[in-house]
Amino acid sequence: MNKVLFSSITKKLVMALAGLFLLTFLPVHLIINLMLLKSEPEPFNKAAHFMATFPLIKIMEVVLISAILIHISWGLLLQIQNWLARPIGYVSANKSETSFFSRFMIWTGATVLIFLVLHFFNFFFIKLGFVPGNPEDFYSAAHYLFKIPAYNYIYLTCFTLLGFHLYHAFYSAFQTLGLNHRIWSPIVKVIALIYAVLLPAGFAFISVSLWLLR
Amino acid sequence: MKLTLKIWRQKNPKAKGNFETYKMDDVSPKMAFLEMLDSLNKKLVEEDKDPVAFDHDCREGICGSCGMYINGHPHGPVPAITTCHLSMRYFKEGDTIWVEPWRAKPFPVIKDLIVDRNAFDKIQIAGGFISINAGAAPEANSILVQKNKSDDAFDAAICIACGACVAACKNASAMLFVSAKISQFALLPQGRVEAVDRARAMVEKMDEVGFGNCSNTGACEAECPKEIKLVNIARLFREYYKAY
Ligand code: SF4
Ligand code: FES
Repeated sequence: MNKVLFSSITKKLVMALAGLFLLTFLPVHLIINLMLLKSEPEPFNKAAHFMATFPLIKIMEVVLISAILIHISWGLLLQIQNWLARPIGYVSANKSETSFFSRFMIWTGATVLIFLVLHFFNFFFIKLGFVPGNPEDFYSAAHYLFKIPAYNYIYLTCFTLLGFHLYHAFYSAFQTLGLNHRIWSPIVKVIALIYAVLLPAGFAFISVSLWLLR
Repeated sequence: MKLTLKIWRQKNPKAKGNFETYKMDDVSPKMAFLEMLDSLNKKLVEEDKDPVAFDHDCREGICGSCGMYINGHPHGPVPAITTCHLSMRYFKEGDTIWVEPWRAKPFPVIKDLIVDRNAFDKIQIAGGFISINAGAAPEANSILVQKNKSDDAFDAAICIACGACVAACKNASAMLFVSAKISQFALLPQGRVEAVDRARAMVEKMDEVGFGNCSNTGACEAECPKEIKLVNIARLFREYYKAY
């Protein structure tokens, strides 16, 4: 049974499913964040409150955290196995034509993880009560953070790299599900590109407007 | 042409190995890459030195044994050919050419540029066959096969098990090879009978012998001398999911 659960293909499938779930969560997060652009704090804080208390969403939160943890640990496991599969590397650099961003998934993923830790300390852990702060007023907290230039630099770098990660992730997930089609796959690639550009751009737009325009 | 060769030399599987530099003074652009290595070996033998060991057999792109990693590409920089089909006209005067063996844990170096590709045989033995003696080819109309399916099966069946996909993959994954060996049967009625056992056994063996995990980079497809496509890998995934 273990051979099946931990076969290279099953691990890949687990990665893809967890990743796909995260892909659906990000737009939800973005929509809530867009309320940060409003001049009054109520809409954003209300949405954040709703997300923190509505029972169904609380269940989804458990799924979300599991998806994040699974995606990270399976990703690490796969990567370590892959490094072990080539103990002696080549001297001449690999020049094979590949999808460019696929080569750096572990590194773009690691950057996103670093951001996630920061993010959790700033918001999620406050909500859970691990870290001091006011969970009912994330609006002010966000506005405060986005006034700090260094925070914006980190934020923008991480979201650019997240975009790189998402582009490969999006269409790669379809291949892993066994969906590779003469007509549909190129369309999926275009949608992946649009998603990977628009989503980080949305987050970046919010950060830059709060930083420079308010 | 004058060329500099940097070739991996390793006496035996246990030896450490290192790159040796060889200056070649009179390489003709009309030579095949392997002929160029032959001329180097002739020189080495005349100088009473150990010739460079490299694998080759058919020298016409069908046996799959001539794999070597040349300047960052398995089978050299020209797409869709094996090393034995690589001509020296693709190189320029003064070029430095790095020649390395396939690098993957399941492909240990035997000597110099020769690696042991037995891991592929083990995967094949696990299920890459039809287990009854099917006799001679049946009458063409007795088992109908869709034309596009038989074409796809044929496209998969031309994999020569050279290992370039593993060599190119940053994860040393054998997924393209296994997907070709699965697809050539999965698409045909004769192959369906044992499809479940085949998918299970071959994937299990692939993992067991220590190949890496596929991360859909597509390097294998770009380097495969027989142009085996990534759609085969997607089919392998489907076959595997169906098997459980
Ligand atoms: S799939 Fe292509 S590269 Fe891989 S073993 Fe077969 S012929 Fe060689
Ligand atoms: S020597 Fe047979 S494929 Fe090159």
